[in-house]
Formats: sequence, structure tokens, C-alpha cells
Amino acid sequence: MRAQPLCAQPLCVTAYTVACAAGAGLAAFARALRERRSGLRPNDFTAAPLETWIGRIEGLERDAAALPAGLAAWECRNNRLAWLALLQDDFRERVAAARERYGADRVAIVVGTSTSSIGATEEAYRRLQPDGQFPPDLRRPILHEPHSLADFLQHALALEGFCITVATACSSSAKVFAHAERLLRLGLADAALVGGADTLCGSVLFGFNSLGLLSPEPCRPFDPARRGISLGEAAGFALLERAGDGPWLLGCGESSDAHHMSSPHPEGRGARLAIEAALGTAGVEGRDVDYVNLHGTASQKNDEIEGRLVAELFADDASASSTKGWTGHALGAAGIVEAVVALNAIETGLAPGTLNSSAIDPACGPQVRLENRECDVRIAVSHSFGFGGSNCVLVFGRERPR
Amino acid sequence: MSDSIEPGETAAVSARSARVFIEGIALWGPRLPGWDAARSILRGEAKPCDAPARRPAPALLAPTERRRAPDTVAVALEVASAACASAGREPRGLASVFASTFGDTAVSDYLCRQLASAPLDTSPTKFHNSVHNAAAGYWAIATGCPEPYTALSAYRHTFGAGLALACTHAIADESAVLYVAYDIETPGPLATMSPSRGALGAAFVLAPDRSPHAKARLEFRVQPGEARATPARAANAALVEGNAMGSCLVVFETLADTLPADAAAPAPHPPRREIVLTLAPRLALRLAIGQAS
Repeated sequence: MRAQPLCAQPLCVTAYTVACAAGAGLAAFARALRERRSGLRPNDFTAAPLETWIGRIEGLERDAAALPAGLAAWECRNNRLAWLALLQDDFRERVAAARERYGADRVAIVVGTSTSSIGATEEAYRRLQPDGQFPPDLRRPILHEPHSLADFLQHALALEGFCITVATACSSSAKVFAHAERLLRLGLADAALVGGADTLCGSVLFGFNSLGLLSPEPCRPFDPARRGISLGEAAGFALLERAGDGPWLLGCGESSDAHHMSSPHPEGRGARLAIEAALGTAGVEGRDVDYVNLHGTASQKNDEIEGRLVAELFADDASASSTKGWTGHALGAAGIVEAVVALNAIETGLAPGTLNSSAIDPACGPQVRLENRECDVRIAVSHSFGFGGSNCVLVFGRERPR
Repeated sequence: MSDSIEPGETAAVSARSARVFIEGIALWGPRLPGWDAARSILRGEAKPCDAPARRPAPALLAPTERRRAPDTVAVALEVASAACASAGREPRGLASVFASTFGDTAVSDYLCRQLASAPLDTSPTKFHNSVHNAAAGYWAIATGCPEPYTALSAYRHTFGAGLALACTHAIADESAVLYVAYDIETPGPLATMSPSRGALGAAFVLAPDRSPHAKARLEFRVQPGEARATPARAANAALVEGNAMGSCLVVFETLADTLPADAAAPAPHPPRREIVLTLAPRLALRLAIGQAS
């Protein structure tokens, strides 16, 4: 790694929104965080019984959640969830205003997902025709490949700029901030829509089950008695511009573990590199950070390794927590959901604690907290560490640095 | 170029063009086994292999790993290694951008079949190989590279979008970047929706500055409006026909025309002044490829 990371260009987060199991829209999600209401429920998603808890979005199957007629070609659960998020917090209007300001070709879309709309492909295989063909209603090629999400967004928002789907597992919708920052820094776009969407599907539920990583109870991040992860679904988006009103993206740090496909490096080597690179590009020190939203999946290894790193790299009076007890682990959308928690902390002073857990792993320092805290959050950090050892850490601040 | 970008210049607004240097070049297809052979074949000076290989055997992996590796990993690691060797760069020092239109369709087909029949018996190895960043992850593990990688898709525009993002990364971070693009043959019912034939891998090492390793100069310009890609010559396009990443071939064809194996050889095809890739349905990437010096 380079010794001196390059300074990222600070970007203003001029709009952001989220839809997750704990609430659709910033107000509903912030209320759930404040009132400590979890969005997790016993698994009622899979036909085959699977004892686990999930963060499922209520009503996404109903006709009321359908895409508008003009976007029917993209109809599927994942794009429905993306659409639900676009409808919150005047986000579509904010993007439309950016399109007016800069031109449709100057607003980039860089979004993350892990499984995109593979749920539709799974359904097609369940309903294969006798001749081996997909059922007629699912013969829509755009759904059966990873770019479904970004392509849907480009059409839904009438944009004509860069349009990229990033799929680096659980770091996807954090890394999009870093990619978009480079496009804006070089002047190849004037604004970027970042974020992502991931919905529950058989692949992830039975896949994580096969790895023995699913918790039979609501996930308990950092609890010494934690029993694994709870999966969730979510979508969230942010609009990045060079100037404007809102909190600021100060820095991004990316790294690779180069260790194992589905286990973190035992000393958190890659995670540490990403944290240090993020703080370096932001030009802040660990002691300047007020709140850290942790990856905190409630898997045995992740939480122990991450807890140790946080104890070492951040001040004792900082607040750090995992919010996966509210949302479940939204995989490719986890990065944007947790970026939103960090942005909300800066704007409202709410540093959430950790839900469902009753004690904190002794590997952690005093930063990792169970209870919510109201405090002055000027700098907030969000961690995302994924399968394949892909790590990304984001640093947000209340003010534009001088 | 009046509107080209200088690294570190943050005020550059509305810049639409930039320049990088290609230090490493790699290509692997069943009838194009490596860049050196491909260069002569694409110039029309040599015949394509008449016994196509199904997939490459990347020397980076131990024999057991090589046998077990999914096709995506085999083809991606083969061209990634070859591009680094061609650039004379250590893989572990390079950030990377991996691009694939469809990802590992063999694993997707397996997972969808398994979920439709016996979901509780899903293979954990197949599951962790299903992530779009599996090839990138294996590359990082095999080379011990701590630098960041990314993995992306942009459907029919994947090769251009990945190339543009890799160039952006090299310029913005003032460091060389490895770009790897690949797609494999889609099996099963999924092939009716996400068709792709054979395996194809393409890779570059891209650097922001001219070094002694520079082989070619790549100037790019982003242009809004209807985007139509430049087709490769028909005989060459046929060599990768049906592969979802086949749109990369025009870039390699132009490189072959620009960079003959024997500098004294007359060019059978004068190099094109400019070629076009697509970035999105209404966004084009115009490329001018020339010799490095």
C-alpha cells in the first residue's frame, strides 16, 4: 500500500434515502433506530423451512408495490425495492433537479448489489417449461444478469451518463462511493447517484446456511454468545456533488484481505489497511472520529477481529456499533444502509447502540456500545468488509474541510 | 488535448477526455491462445488454432487448484498474470478492476437448479464462488495482493465501462492498475437469456505516465448521445463469436495493427485513427490508440 494516500476530493451528499426492514424513508428508519425497534422476524420467505430470522420488507409482493407500467420490463423484487427507496425523501425529485442542472449525461450511476435480481432467475428455474425454456413472463434477459439494478435506475431516472453495477459482495454499496469520487474528481461526471439494493433470495439464504453462518435467533452483534448472522434486504441511495448543502464524504479506503474467499483475515490485515487509507484520504485521525458504524455481522470471527481493531484505532470515548440487529445483513446493500446511519448520526446526533445483544465481547474496547447515545457527531465512519476479502471504509463529516 | 486532466487537479469540471499508457497486454480465447499468437492472427498473418482449447491452465495456481478452479477463475487469472508479466510489474503492487458481463454462469445455473430441487443441500464452495468478485478474490489470494480490487458489470457495455473505470482509477490514484475482463460459456436454461459461448479473457496493465514499459498510448474521450461500437473485422470477430465479452476484440485488433511483432513488417491493415466502445446505451467511449512514443 502507498504510504501516503492521495487526498480524495470532498463531495457533498446532497440527498440520501433508504428502505430497509426497520423502515422505509429516513424518518421511519431514524425513528426505529431511536426507539430500538428491530425489523427482524422469523424466516417466512423460503418454501423449504429454514430456522433463521430475516429483515424482510413488508408488502413488497403486493400489487401496490409494482413498478409503474412504463418500467414493467424491469419488474422483479430487487427493482421493486430500489423503486421503493427512490420514492422516499423526495429522492427522485432531487435526482431530476441534478439532471436539469448538469445534463442527463453528466449524472453517473454507480450502484452496488451482490445478487441483483437473481431471485427472478431462481423463480424461472422453479417454473421451467417442459421444453426447458423459461416461463414466458420471465423471458426478460435484463433480469437475469447483474446489471439489472443500474439499468433499471438509468431508465427510471432518465439518466444517460456512466452506468455501472459494482458487485464485490458485502462491500459493494460502499465501494461505489470511491468509484464515483474518482469519476467526479476527474471531471467525467458532475454528480453521481450511488448506493445499491439487495433483496432476499434462495441463493443467499441457503448459501449462508450451507456455510453454517446463519443464526437461529435474531442476530446479536458483538455478544459473546452470538450465533451468526441474520440476513436482510434493503435499498438506499445517495447523491454526490462537488458542492451543496448536506454532510460531506471526506474519504474512502479500499483494500483486499488476500486471505480466504469466505473468512476474514485472522488479524484483520485488510480491514486495518482500509480504515487507515480512509482516515488518510479524509485527512483525519482515529481520535477525531465520533461514531463508527461497524460491519458487525454477528459472525464469530468478524466481530472478534473488528472489535479488536476498533479498540486499537479509535478513541475510548468514540461510539461504535453494529446496526444489523435492526436491519439484518443486507449484503450488497449493507454499505449504503450503514452509510445512511452514519449520515443520520451527523445530522441528528443519534449514535445508535447495538440491538439484541446483552453483553459485549471482551475482545472489544469501550467504543462498542449496547445503548443508543445522543452526542455531537462531527465525523462518522462506516465499515464494510466482504466475501473475497474486499474491504471499504467511508469517512463522513459535518463540514467541508478547509 | 485542451480539456485533458492532470492528476490531482480537483477543479477539472466537464473534462471528458484523458490519456493512459498500456504497459501490459493479454488476451486468451479458445482460438487465440495468448497475445503473441493473437497479434499475428488478428493481423491476418497467421492462422487461428484449428484445435481450440476449452480453457487455459494458469501457472499461478497449484495443479490441484488449477483443476478445481471454475472457468471464470482460470481464464481471468491466466490473462491477469500474462498482463502483469508483459508489463514487467509485480501483481501484488497493482490495484485491479475485474469486469464480467454475466459472472460465473456455471455457478448460477448450478445454484438455481439446486434451489429448485434440494435447497438445503447447496454446496458451500459453489456458493462462495457465486459472488461476482470470486475471480478477483482468488487473484488477490493467489498473488497476496493487498491493493483494492473491484468487480463490475454493465451488461452489453461491460468492457467499455470497466476500461473507463480502470483508466479513471490509474489517473486519479496516480498508480498503475490491472484491468481484467472475461466471460465464460453459459450452460443450461440460463443460456436462453444470458447467452455466451466459449471462454474469453482480456487484460491490460494501465499506467498514468509513460514508463520504459509503455507499449501503447490510449487516449479516451467520453461522448454523449447514441453509442455505436466499432465492429472488429469479420474474420476476427468470428474467432470470439458468441462470447459476451467479444466487444473487446476491436481494441486488440487495433493494437495488433499498431504494434506489429516485427517492427519492420508492413501493416496489412493501417491502424484505425479512432475506435468506439459503448459505456451505456447513450454514452460512447472514443479511443485513440497509438505507439507509446
